Amino acid sequence: MINSNAKTLLEISGLTATVAGVTILKGINLTVRAGEVHAIMGPNGSGKSTLAKVLAGHPAYEVTGGTVQFEGQDLFALAAEARARAGLFLGFQYPVEIPGVSNSSFLRLAYNTVQGGRGKDELDPLEFDDYVREKMKLLEMSPEFLDRSVNDGFSGGEKKRNEILQMAILEPRVSVLDETDSGLDIDALRIVAGGVNKLLTADNACVLVTHYQRLLNYITPDYVHVMESGRVIKTGGKELALELESRGYDWLLDAKVTA
Amino acid sequence: MNVVSKHPFVDALVAGGRALPASTASWLNLRRSLALERANALSVPTTRDEEWRFTDLATLNKLRVEPVGQAAALVDVAPYAVSEAATRLAFVDGVYAPALSSRSPLPAGVTVGTLAENLNIQSALMGVHLAAHADFNEQVFTALNTAWLRDGVFIHIAQNTALSEPLHLLFIATLKDAASCPRCLIVAEAGAECTVIEDYVAATTEAYFTNAVTEIAIKPNARVRHVRLQRESMQAVHIASCAVSLAKDASYVSQSIAFGARLSRYNLDVIHKGEGAEAVIDGLALISGQQLADTHTTMDHAQPNGRCTQLHKTIVGGAAHAVFNGKVLVRKDAQLTNSAQQSRNLLLSSTARVDTKPQLEIFADDVKCAHGATVGQLDAEQLFYLKSRGLPDTQARNLLTYAFGAEIVDRIPVKSLVAQLEKTVMAQTQASV
Ligand SMILES: Nc1ncnc2c1ncn2[C@@H]1O[C@H](COP(=O)(O)OP(=O)(O)O)[C@@H](O)[C@H]1O
Ligand SMILES: [Mg+2]
Repeated sequence: MINSNAKTLLEISGLTATVAGVTILKGINLTVRAGEVHAIMGPNGSGKSTLAKVLAGHPAYEVTGGTVQFEGQDLFALAAEARARAGLFLGFQYPVEIPGVSNSSFLRLAYNTVQGGRGKDELDPLEFDDYVREKMKLLEMSPEFLDRSVNDGFSGGEKKRNEILQMAILEPRVSVLDETDSGLDIDALRIVAGGVNKLLTADNACVLVTHYQRLLNYITPDYVHVMESGRVIKTGGKELALELESRGYDWLLDAKVTA
Repeated sequence: MNVVSKHPFVDALVAGGRALPASTASWLNLRRSLALERANALSVPTTRDEEWRFTDLATLNKLRVEPVGQAAALVDVAPYAVSEAATRLAFVDGVYAPALSSRSPLPAGVTVGTLAENLNIQSALMGVHLAAHADFNEQVFTALNTAWLRDGVFIHIAQNTALSEPLHLLFIATLKDAASCPRCLIVAEAGAECTVIEDYVAATTEAYFTNAVTEIAIKPNARVRHVRLQRESMQAVHIASCAVSLAKDASYVSQSIAFGARLSRYNLDVIHKGEGAEAVIDGLALISGQQLADTHTTMDHAQPNGRCTQLHKTIVGGAAHAVFNGKVLVRKDAQLTNSAQQSRNLLLSSTARVDTKPQLEIFADDVKCAHGATVGQLDAEQLFYLKSRGLPDTQARNLLTYAFGAEIVDRIPVKSLVAQLEKTVMAQTQASV
């Protein structure tokens, strides 16, 4: 929901970044205010995941220019873990499997560091169990996922649910969800999107990175941005996503060339 | 060249062995004197010996150790107690300590006690097994232990008797410069079952020398689970061997865990003497600082249809050094053997080092033998994933390191021990980063 008086949560200006010496992001500008849902679309390899990982602080990516303000503070002054604690959340396109670390203790450690840092009481395993089971209902997840190792042997869809479960537990200010819809069948998509919708409030914001219009049928974006070769080449409303759905990206790329 | 003068610990142990009163069992006197002869004749290995290439015994050679005559009176064993194990045999600096032991009543057919107290009753059986499985002809440390043999642990499980509660063998080091020669003999008769925890702990932070030998004979269809914990002081030298002999369809499942000692060497020799035997030999070394932990295993498939799976893991921090040599021998007659070995190593610092070597010698043609080794650091993607959820760098690293070791610890069939060791792994992980 757009409210031009709402607080700016994320302000990306002229962001450039490299990976392995190659420039991937070539000057990104994006302003996200409280209450807004932004969709970032664009062809494969256009730099969407790179943007997400740069924001989250992945060590493989080097920021070479520009600034990012997160709730008024310099995001790049914070280590990855501090960004999470400040309220930035990345839903991974490919959630990482961690054999040997139980999902329940991982989720609890994350809860206690992030929510504990905001003054909430730390939860012991029993208290956390009650808490997390409630959150799992939101995503129609079976409690048996608590006893398994983090993402270990989870199907693609189960991994994505586990990502949104973490979002539900950590209650971030800005969530960047990278292709949360990929790997989900239509029922799972409905459940996961429903979960995300319930988590969105007037005080937080969400950036949905997606390939397809499909997800946007469930979560209505206020803005749709199209990325290509490390730049945002077009911004529009939710109708832009529908247009991309019917016309593909080529007309935009051509328009850019002739412009 | 006079070996003895070069190696004070040999000198001390040989002298101690000589001073032993003769046993009532003539076979034992004979074996001891043969071992004494070999201990004198064999030289102490140097890094020029292939089997000791990475393990420099200089640390040991510098020690001025002496065997201890009497067990120290007061040691608090509570921190080491294993709640599932009602029976505990405690040895202090190598000497049996009745006051620290716990001798609960055992089911019929189960003997758990000292070698000394059972020698007269079970002389014939002991004669068959004691110093018969562990080779003292070529191994100087086994020769020294055997030359010095006067007491130790004796476990005998009668035919078709299954003992469900674990047995705790606790070896406590308390004295600086003590040399001890712990000795265990475990015999599981046909169809018998037991779980044994062989546990080396320290109530001192000083240097001392443990030279342990364990022999395990597993008769047809019998099953022995063996948990071995080496948590000696950080200055100690721990040299040990374990010889396991498996009869037809027998099973040996072990987890050997090394946390302690400045220098440790563990030789595990398993032989399938009967057809269809099974061995699971898992290991974990978690070391840091200047520690060296060397594990040499030999899986000798001497009969057909044998199976062995082995997972050896090391977590090496600081300037520590882990060594693993896993020999798998498949003899000509050992057709349809299935043997798999994995060595996985985690280096936590740039000065940590691991040397791992599979050694396959296969003389049968219809066998399955797999082996693999990996050496790596913590996975950067896993680390980032944890940090992206707010976990501080150290906590994330500890969690991943812990998970790496937990794979072995979690296989230990004694719950309270798993919980106890998980804490140790966590604490040691934190200290070594
Ligand atoms: N770690 C990396 N190492 C090398 N190249 C990378 C790495 N991550 C991304 N890239 C490259 O950056 C470009 C953008 O990738 P990505 O951000 O994943 O695109 P998208 O998510 O839009 O599909 C691609 O050309 C990709 O190959
Ligand atoms: Mg992507």
